[in-house]
Amino acid sequence: MSESTEEEVEETPQHQVTVGPRMMGATVPVERSKDFRNSTLRLISWMRPERFRLILVLSSAVISVMMSVVGPKILGDATNVIISGIQAPTGIDFPELHRTLLIVVGLYLGSAAMAYFQGFLLAGVIHRTMRRLRSAVENKINRLPLGYIDRTPRGDLLSRVTNDIDNIAQSLAQSLSMLFISLLTVVGVLIMMLTISPLLSLVAVATVPVTLITIKYIAGKSKKRFIAQWSHTGALNGIVEETFAGHSLVKVFGQQQATEDRFEATNQKLFEAAFGAQFISGMIQPAMMLVSNLNYVAIAVIGGLRVASGNLSIGDIQAFIQYSRQFTQPINQLASLANMLQSGIASAERVFEFLDVDEQSPDPVDAQTVVSPKGRVAFEAATFSYSSNKPLITDLSLVAEPGQTIAIVGPTGAGKTTLVNLLMRFYELNGGAITLDGVDIAKMRRDDLRSSMGMVLQDTWLFGGTIRDNIAYGRLDATEEEIVQAAKATHVDHFVRAMPDGYNTILDDEASNLSAGEKQLLTIARAFLAEPTILILDEATSSVDTRTEVLIQHAMAALRSNRTSFVIAHRLSTIRDADIILVMENGSIVEQGNHEELLAAGGAYYNLYNAQFVAAAIDLDAN
Amino acid sequence: MRSYLLPYKKLLWAVLIFQVVAVTATMTLPTLNAMLIDQGILKANTNYILKIGAVMLALSVVQAVFGIAATWFGSRAGMGFGRDVRDRLFHTVTGFSTREVDSFGAPSLITRITNDVQQVQTLVVMLCTSFISAPITIVVGVFLAVREDGPLSLILVASIPVLLLTIGTIVIRVIPQFRAMQERIDNVSKVLREQIVGMRVVRAFVREPLETERFDKANQLLSRTSILTSRYMSSLFPTVMLVMNVSSAAAVWVAADRIQSGDMQIGALIAFLTYLVQILMAVMMATFVAVMWPRASVCADRINEVLNTDSSIVTSANPTTELSGRGTLQFRNVGFSYPGAEIPVLSNISFTTRPGQTTAIIGSTGSGKTTLVNLIARLVDSSEGEILVDDVNVRNLEPETLWKRVSVVPQRPYLFSGTIRSNLLFANKDASEDDLWKALEIAQAADFVNAMPEKLDAPISQGGTNVSGGQRQRLAIARALVRDPGIYVFDDSFSALDLATDARLRTALLPVTTDAALIIVAQRVTTIKHADQILVLDEGRCVGLGTHYELLETCPTYAEIVESQMTAEEAA
Repeated sequence: MSESTEEEVEETPQHQVTVGPRMMGATVPVERSKDFRNSTLRLISWMRPERFRLILVLSSAVISVMMSVVGPKILGDATNVIISGIQAPTGIDFPELHRTLLIVVGLYLGSAAMAYFQGFLLAGVIHRTMRRLRSAVENKINRLPLGYIDRTPRGDLLSRVTNDIDNIAQSLAQSLSMLFISLLTVVGVLIMMLTISPLLSLVAVATVPVTLITIKYIAGKSKKRFIAQWSHTGALNGIVEETFAGHSLVKVFGQQQATEDRFEATNQKLFEAAFGAQFISGMIQPAMMLVSNLNYVAIAVIGGLRVASGNLSIGDIQAFIQYSRQFTQPINQLASLANMLQSGIASAERVFEFLDVDEQSPDPVDAQTVVSPKGRVAFEAATFSYSSNKPLITDLSLVAEPGQTIAIVGPTGAGKTTLVNLLMRFYELNGGAITLDGVDIAKMRRDDLRSSMGMVLQDTWLFGGTIRDNIAYGRLDATEEEIVQAAKATHVDHFVRAMPDGYNTILDDEASNLSAGEKQLLTIARAFLAEPTILILDEATSSVDTRTEVLIQHAMAALRSNRTSFVIAHRLSTIRDADIILVMENGSIVEQGNHEELLAAGGAYYNLYNAQFVAAAIDLDAN
Repeated sequence: MRSYLLPYKKLLWAVLIFQVVAVTATMTLPTLNAMLIDQGILKANTNYILKIGAVMLALSVVQAVFGIAATWFGSRAGMGFGRDVRDRLFHTVTGFSTREVDSFGAPSLITRITNDVQQVQTLVVMLCTSFISAPITIVVGVFLAVREDGPLSLILVASIPVLLLTIGTIVIRVIPQFRAMQERIDNVSKVLREQIVGMRVVRAFVREPLETERFDKANQLLSRTSILTSRYMSSLFPTVMLVMNVSSAAAVWVAADRIQSGDMQIGALIAFLTYLVQILMAVMMATFVAVMWPRASVCADRINEVLNTDSSIVTSANPTTELSGRGTLQFRNVGFSYPGAEIPVLSNISFTTRPGQTTAIIGSTGSGKTTLVNLIARLVDSSEGEILVDDVNVRNLEPETLWKRVSVVPQRPYLFSGTIRSNLLFANKDASEDDLWKALEIAQAADFVNAMPEKLDAPISQGGTNVSGGQRQRLAIARALVRDPGIYVFDDSFSALDLATDARLRTALLPVTTDAALIIVAQRVTTIKHADQILVLDEGRCVGLGTHYELLETCPTYAEIVESQMTAEEAA
């Protein structure tokens, strides 16, 4: 998942448990950003609209830390009041003591109030920024050329727009304020310690390198085991996924015992690595405890000797003990906070990369329009290729008169969908032109062009909503009556009414409550409702059972009547009466004509036709 | 789940004992410090200061040694627990029949054995290593605090409940928010996923504004919940600090009176302040365990649900291990229905097929074809009637014996990660190089395997996603052929092939299957036209059984199917 797996999150010292959805993922390798500085700056610039709030956040954090840092010193003063009270004959000066304690309480209350305020504001700043970032990504998707979407693996794209933004939000929300407050605290505490005793401060500061070296040493030792744990987990998950997905195969091929043995062996390896990683990283806690105890002892002894020699008060020691804890705690945290920030910035970088992808060319300002198009489509010496070195369509010319049917045939991978991509301007031509009623479609606004087209693809896309909404997607202002009419014309009405909620049935994520054929019919109803001038149809393949397929053929025929239609055909019997048949092979058009002409020519179409219909004959011979 | 910790009882006792020693050592330091202040500093006794200092140093080392030892035992117990649960789960699931796997769903089972076990294991490991010190710290701390000064310790009686109450309130409010937030994150992802997957349709209908609107709605909801959750979370730490610091100030206030009256010494106050902080920290940690607990317990329930499910297929006590025939399959009034379902998936199916015969099964989606296939391999058990292989009821057969007799090519061809060779050997590990090539030859796969630079050792990724659908299908067929069983079952295995390849493959199959029974489930009439008998399924019932020409006359459903696929002259 990452470009670099060199570093993994150090186990957070467990006495500072952070609660949150990320709590469990402590052993995931951390990735590094490529350009930390610029990505950080760019992320900060996204917070620009919130800058006044951000200033408030920072200043309240400073005030909060200042107030809390002074606390122990004044509490120490209170102790000193008691001590001087026992040593003096007059006894403890209670009014003075109580006044001092009330100041302490006041300071802590103030500090807490500022901290609440700071947290309150920061939550808004961060999540509003994330909301803007998500919206920007969504808008970007709508402006991307389809070529980019087709080239990029879907999982990768989705991961960028969802997981990465979540990760930014999580890591920023947790690390940003903690990092800032930790740093402020360290500085504040150091100043306070220096005012009390430079010598003891030296002792406290000396623990810092000891702490860092210890953590680094242990983390270094555990790294190898964490990586092993990570890779064994991957291997184990692989076995699990494969075995469960191919469960029945494992059984019928009698591999149950062998698979279990393999699993147990990997599981044992995982145990050993995980135990090692857990034990070694678990040593950080007692080790840190040792360092902090040594520090405590040093302060008690050295401080004690200084008090005995009259250079320090007991209240100071008490304050110092508190300070030294406040001093080491944030330093222990810094490493894991830095890792968290790193991973957040790496995510931000990926989101920014996405936002920087080249967009499709904007629509021309003086766009031409076709008012109530008739549907005459012409390819004029059209040239196109997906990559510059491999021409795909060269010099294609053809004219589809209004109402004609153009069929495109050819084996899988011949580039039949390329023509659809060009007609819909999902991709742009490299040369020549396509015209609609004489107007070059490249000079039209994309939205205007697409509004006159209807499309039914093999790969049926429905969204999570009611069946009614999915049909109405074709024309948003359609009345109930029109929707039902479209459904009836395309054989949808019948099966929809058989469902318990009828048109209100909600399609779930994968629309698994419908069969593949029913989904296809729904997309036809949707196109029917849109009443396009030009139709693009991609015939369904074998995933649909044959009887539903007949319905689909009927529905498509209903859709085609009186419209200029481009049909990508898989079964030759359905396109015999097409006005023009284009035969594609290896991405280029090898033949063009009607059924009789092409059969007579005895070329590619003739061969294709024979391959399909003579299969039955081969069968006969074989038996 | 608890029973899985039993084997680690000794280790857990060791953790407990070592932690008690380690915690006590650390917690004794403030008491020693009090002595150091009262006897050493206030009396300016340098020797005493150094002596106590040495003892404190020794205790620090004891803490570290015992703490590390406890971590060793705890890690071992926690990780061992996870390993044992995974082993058990895996064993249980591989023992399941297809029915149990389907009812849980393979993805859900995968999540349970990976993610759910991970969550429970994390909690157990943390309990065994670090969290265990929290209750010990509280007990030892309270004991020592009371020893320093009883009345002063009453402050703990006030501050512990206050801390519990405030953290508890925040946590109780934030947990449902976390859940809502996860839902809303999923919702945002869902809308985006739809948008990306349906990009062509969205653009074709010019529905970008509608999609943006839908997204904005989901985005806004997520943003609102995130802000609320963050605000709760950010109030946690200041609250803890406030309770802790105000308690300290209160302790000094109360202690002053007791010191004035001579009931208490100054060192005790300073020690008490340290205990106060340590105890409250431990209380906070215990609260976090309480937070993790419900989440892990949901996971534990999901794991238990699997562990407590028995396979619906039980091998008979005294199974038959030898079969006499060469592959006769007989269905006698077989029916199958899910428990509680009103309509059976299959009912009253009877047919017999003998070696050398081809039986085809045709019907629309949902007519029960795949269930019928699963019944043959006894991946599920019939609810009525009986299924006989070579005249033995499959229920009385040892599963391994049955599976050696039957070879299935599933509807969705699935290959395992490895190489082409390892996938073929999966069916029969003793097959020779020649056997493999022969199988590939018949399955029309030899050409493309030969074209690969590594040939038989060409890598295959999980599921077989690195070869095309048609190639995957042919490799799955080759795998079934390597087995050389008596009964071949092809569950709609030719649909991904073009018609010409389909025909060539079936021709090549003929010599192999002269003495084997062949069962072909198909959608295409051309694939099955010449079968010895065709079984037509409609909504789980057999509506026709006979040859192509017989059925054209007698079975309207069959005639309808044929008509839908061929023009009149082709069918004739």
